[in-house]
Amino acid sequence: MYITLIFIAGIMVTVIGWLLRQTFNTQPWVATAEDNAVSGASLDANSKTILLAGFLAVATSLFGLFISAYSLRMEMPDWSPLAEPNLLWVNTAMLVLASIAYQWARNVAIEGRTSAVRFGLSIAGLLTVLFLVGQMLAWQRLMSEGAYITGNPANAFFYMLTAVHALHLLGGLWVWARSTIKVWSGAEADTVRLSVELCAVYWHYLLLVWAILFAMLINT
Amino acid sequence: MAYVAIADRDAQEYDHHEPDTFITKYVWSQDHKVIAIQYGMTAIFVGVIALMLSVMMRLQLGFPDSFSFITPESYYQFVTMHGMIMVIYLLTALFLGGFGNYLIPLMCGSRDMVFPYLNMLSFWVYLLSVIILLISFFVPGGATGAGWTLYPPQAIAQGTPGVDWGILLMLLSLAVFIVAFTMGGLNYVTTVLQARCRGMTLMRMPLSVWGIFVATILGLLAFPALLVSAIMMLLDKTIQTSFFMPAMLSAGEQLSHTGGSPVLFQHLFWFFGHPEVYIVALPAFGIVSDVLATHARKNIFGYRMMVWAILAIGGLSFVVWAHHMYVSGMNPYFGFFFATTTLIIAVPTALKVYNWVLTLWQGNIHLRVPMLFAIGFIFTFIHGGLTGLFLGNVTIDLPLSDTYFVVAHFHMVMGVSPVLVVFAAIYHWFPKITGKMYNESLGRWHFWLTFFGTYAIYLPMHYLGFLGVPRRYFAMGSTDFMPQSAHDLNTAITISAIIVALTQILFFVNMIMSLRSGKKSDPNPWGATTLEWQTPDNPPKHGNWGHDLPECHRWAYDYSVPGYKDDFIPQNVPASGDAPVGRDHGVHH
Repeated sequence: MYITLIFIAGIMVTVIGWLLRQTFNTQPWVATAEDNAVSGASLDANSKTILLAGFLAVATSLFGLFISAYSLRMEMPDWSPLAEPNLLWVNTAMLVLASIAYQWARNVAIEGRTSAVRFGLSIAGLLTVLFLVGQMLAWQRLMSEGAYITGNPANAFFYMLTAVHALHLLGGLWVWARSTIKVWSGAEADTVRLSVELCAVYWHYLLLVWAILFAMLINT
Repeated sequence: MAYVAIADRDAQEYDHHEPDTFITKYVWSQDHKVIAIQYGMTAIFVGVIALMLSVMMRLQLGFPDSFSFITPESYYQFVTMHGMIMVIYLLTALFLGGFGNYLIPLMCGSRDMVFPYLNMLSFWVYLLSVIILLISFFVPGGATGAGWTLYPPQAIAQGTPGVDWGILLMLLSLAVFIVAFTMGGLNYVTTVLQARCRGMTLMRMPLSVWGIFVATILGLLAFPALLVSAIMMLLDKTIQTSFFMPAMLSAGEQLSHTGGSPVLFQHLFWFFGHPEVYIVALPAFGIVSDVLATHARKNIFGYRMMVWAILAIGGLSFVVWAHHMYVSGMNPYFGFFFATTTLIIAVPTALKVYNWVLTLWQGNIHLRVPMLFAIGFIFTFIHGGLTGLFLGNVTIDLPLSDTYFVVAHFHMVMGVSPVLVVFAAIYHWFPKITGKMYNESLGRWHFWLTFFGTYAIYLPMHYLGFLGVPRRYFAMGSTDFMPQSAHDLNTAITISAIIVALTQILFFVNMIMSLRSGKKSDPNPWGATTLEWQTPDNPPKHGNWGHDLPECHRWAYDYSVPGYKDDFIPQNVPASGDAPVGRDHGVHH
């Protein structure tokens, strides 16, 4: 539970600390011209950016809780570590490259280079699909070795965590597909810029989550 | 303070394209007010089902073995579904999906939620979760009877009612609900942060918005814990993994599960379950603050402290979960830690209670129906809060654990109290939502019967708990520790419960009759300051504010300001100069 607590405490300290700062040195019962002039938007960010940040906080809580469940369950006597296939290293490389490709697509989208965005998005999507296919192959390999999900809690966690992570990527791919179809059917880079920027952040986040999960899975 | 320059803001364009077909206006609506009513009606509908389930439970407890249709199995199904529906599908959905949706944009001076489509989706996914939940009554074996906490191993072990389909549908429904809540919740947070009208600083927001806002943040961070436990239990149930399920014998046969940890489930469940208490309580705190200030014609006492208390309670609610697990065999130092945090959370909570009482002090109190319910809430909340101090201490909790004392405590503090606020809020905003006035005397009858009736139910339960009467038992039979008088008390509680349940008919009659033929309401019948009462139309139309967004010029509690003719100054009235065109708020220097 400690891991989750640290995650959630971190998020809560950030949120509550920020909100508290808004409340210090204010006397709301005194109507001031200064207060009358504020816009009513607290953050200098696009609403969709805030939506993504909120979603990442939710996802962090979710993965943090899975990780803490893992660490608690691991201590029980029936745990026997799983030999993860080496294929996972290849998959990890795919995801790293996908993240880099998305970052590049983001950069060229900001520059307004539509054909480069098309190329960048396609590569990023392809690499992500390769990662997902690789994960399925890893599942297959484990099952062919007789490491079924019911065999041991370590196996069960492996299948579950990889599946949850993959589901998050699939959600990302849905947004990716929308912007990719848009640019391939002739839309300018500008029209997908925000979506590409946010997706790049989401891809980096899921890469980070995968790195943490992977490190945890192979070390225990 | 951090505020964005006006030019940089996403402009809130005035939408001239009001939905014109019946479907887009009332069914697939993206208007936050319609979605709020959809959420509210659905929540109240399932709430009524849960109320009827509780009456069935009480029939068995008050008159054991008198009703052939209540079997031990169905009794456990009633207990489980009553608890789960009330906590999640009624209170969470009603406060955040219902009142959150209605009040946030109107009180903040926005046209709508920032993401109206996502908002609409949130309701329909919520409705789906309710349908899945209700289907579980009709599948073979019926709904799950595992208790609302769904503790493994018994939740998915043979012998528990609904072990085949009921539990699956319950877990699925919860997962779907969490998806719906996340969509709605992210929307509420973004709207509060980014879509307030000009001049509406965070510290000028009414406490209702603060309560709903912080409760939403809690929900976003806490519901994943329920999702994690639901996913893992689904896997334990469907493909025989052993996350939670220990090695066990069932009907003389060794099950395939090995070595899982039921306590792990308890940790995950309560990591969600305790913040959930405050997800329900914080919106109630906020709303009751506004109702009290409005009907006492006095500014809320200690506004800043109230905001800080909401934030403190929100933060602390994540470090008290294990006080639900004192009897799980935990390390005594662990218990000591959680007892300490639990008692600390009483400090900001007590502070809020003092401030409500001090708001009433020397106020010009109007005992209208919403005010009656709000004051009733102060009573029941103090009562339920004080018994919480008993249960928060490990040594007192151990003997009282799993007795009717616990049932009495949490029903007072998070059953009756928030429901009284729900009624206060419905009566308070009824004239705004419908444009009609409710019937005052029916409302009063509704209040007094509900208020005294719930006391008649729950006060004696504390005594049953002290006697050691265990909760969740289908029948007590004859025992040495339960004298005949305690059995009689159970009968009396059941009669009170039936009376309180029937009393709610008054509420529905009042709502339906007033909606059909109630007196037309003034746009601002209570003389309230907050923005939702200053809309150009009553009830507000699509887009809320006509052509121009309101501007906020003061905080939400300018009641009885010395030197002014009226005893309130709406938030959109400038400090000096005239009231907005076409309205006479009687502001004079």
